[in-house]
Amino acid sequence: MTNVTIKNLRSASAPLTPKLALRDAEGIAKRNLLRILRTPRQVFGSIIQPCLILLVFRYMVGGAIHIPGVDYVNYLVPAIFLEAVLMGGANTSLALAQDLQMGMIERFRSLPMARSAVLIGRTFADACRNVLALMFVIALGILVGFRFHNSLGACLAGIALIILFGYAFSWFYATIGLAVKDPQTAQTFSLLPMFILFFPSSALVPIPTMPGWLQPFAAHQPVTVTIDALRALFDGGPVFNNLWQAISWCVGIFLVFLVVSLNLYRKATA
Amino acid sequence: MTAAIEVDEVSKRFGATVALDAVSFTVDVGTVLALLGPNGAGKTTLVRVLTTLLVPDSGHARVGGFDVQKDARTIRSMIGLAGQYATVDELLTGRENLELVGLLYHLDKELYRTRAQEALERMSLASAGDQQVKTYSGGMRRRLDLAASLIGQPPVLLLDEPTTGLDPRTRNDLWGFIEELVAEGTTVLLTTQYMEEAEHLANSIVVLDSGRVVAKGTADELKDRLGGNVLEVRVNKRADLDRAASLIANFGNGPSRTNPDLNQVLLPIRDGASVLIAAGRALQDHGVALDDLGIRRPSLDDVFLAITGHTTDTHAVEAGNTEISR
Repeated sequence: MTNVTIKNLRSASAPLTPKLALRDAEGIAKRNLLRILRTPRQVFGSIIQPCLILLVFRYMVGGAIHIPGVDYVNYLVPAIFLEAVLMGGANTSLALAQDLQMGMIERFRSLPMARSAVLIGRTFADACRNVLALMFVIALGILVGFRFHNSLGACLAGIALIILFGYAFSWFYATIGLAVKDPQTAQTFSLLPMFILFFPSSALVPIPTMPGWLQPFAAHQPVTVTIDALRALFDGGPVFNNLWQAISWCVGIFLVFLVVSLNLYRKATA
Repeated sequence: MTAAIEVDEVSKRFGATVALDAVSFTVDVGTVLALLGPNGAGKTTLVRVLTTLLVPDSGHARVGGFDVQKDARTIRSMIGLAGQYATVDELLTGRENLELVGLLYHLDKELYRTRAQEALERMSLASAGDQQVKTYSGGMRRRLDLAASLIGQPPVLLLDEPTTGLDPRTRNDLWGFIEELVAEGTTVLLTTQYMEEAEHLANSIVVLDSGRVVAKGTADELKDRLGGNVLEVRVNKRADLDRAASLIANFGNGPSRTNPDLNQVLLPIRDGASVLIAAGRALQDHGVALDDLGIRRPSLDDVFLAITGHTTDTHAVEAGNTEISR
């Protein structure tokens, strides 16, 4: 008995190094990735909606929308890429709410692991799922006539921006999951960004077609500036102004919700 | 002996509800303490304080001499938690669950692999180790849950209602595992609603009711508080029940209770045979027809009733009813 106690106390006194914290996050990320791979319908479920919106606007509504100087399909598809990761975030809040409800979070919190690891491992795994979902949506985009016209470097930078945007927003979704705690409520709340950010943006129609009171919000919110930066990166054109705004939004959202969600996690109970 | 767990005047409120009210007790190294009480007594709240999941409003709790608030991470590396609220991941295999917990205890990869295999074998899960947990039965899940709490080889185990909802055979298996761990020197604190479980496993028992410690001691000490034995009378006709209770009341050293469903009167008594004979004669003289008359040692149920004025009400709990009947 004494031996066991001494052995445990020694390992306990070892401080939590960044290296150990990273190893914890890696372990959690691996667990989440296994869960994602074993429920493939989760990945496909989250791309059904962007794919349907793409098809509806490409073939049914899009004919009525005329954007000067650009094919509507090239206007629409970058927005759908972004929507895929925006909606993918719903999985983050759902998964965290489920972990809370199942008692996994209780178990994790009773272990000597780094506190940040559960959320870092969660958001990292969801970023991987976003990459996978994005590949399917890009393939569909190309199938319906979208083309990358810019240099390879610029196009890759655009895809990196989508992943960055998705990662930043996954911290927002983590906050929702920890705050509402109930999987069904989490899913409902996860629809909000669609209606608050995606529809009142330049995603589907140009902002000048919207009512005047909505335009200032629509022009400066994160989804609009990110989509406009993506269009420039994929199609060519002036990119700097939208790009730095998009990156600032991502960094800001990431930092704010990192702090909020870590605080919520510390107190989290089912 | 030194204390593995010290709980000193710990209180916790949730809004207007007092979950723990100045609870104090100690658990010696290498012993088992059972926290006994009905649902809502505060058992789980106390486990959550000891596992650093919940900060008490006042008082101190120490595990292995470390304070749950100041040395939370040290305590987390010394304890194992299993039971109704800790859980395992359904989509992972049993082995993946155990290896993840080992990694999060900061064990080396080789070590946690070995220990996961050992734990699977020990809990008779070796053949199911590479199946997803969603294919496991309820009993297998509990065993895996217990196995997960052992991966860090913690000197202190906290088991929150480890056998609630299990069938008797699976419960016996789990008791066997817990006894083995104790034989190896592990200190165990377990919560339970079952008198039988506390009696079977624990060196000492703390009875909680509405957040307060209402009694503590060994099972025998608690029974001795009733002053000896219980006189059990079963009348033939329900109509005689109250009359029988009043006829024998003078022989008891505490209030009697009647159980109309069984036509039964139970009375705590100090003496044995002499009371039995006298009570039998009194009932016979007044023409009360009896089905059965006897004396027995009090069960912990009798003790709980005598102390708190109500039973542990495990039947209502099992039926999903968390109200405490009076």
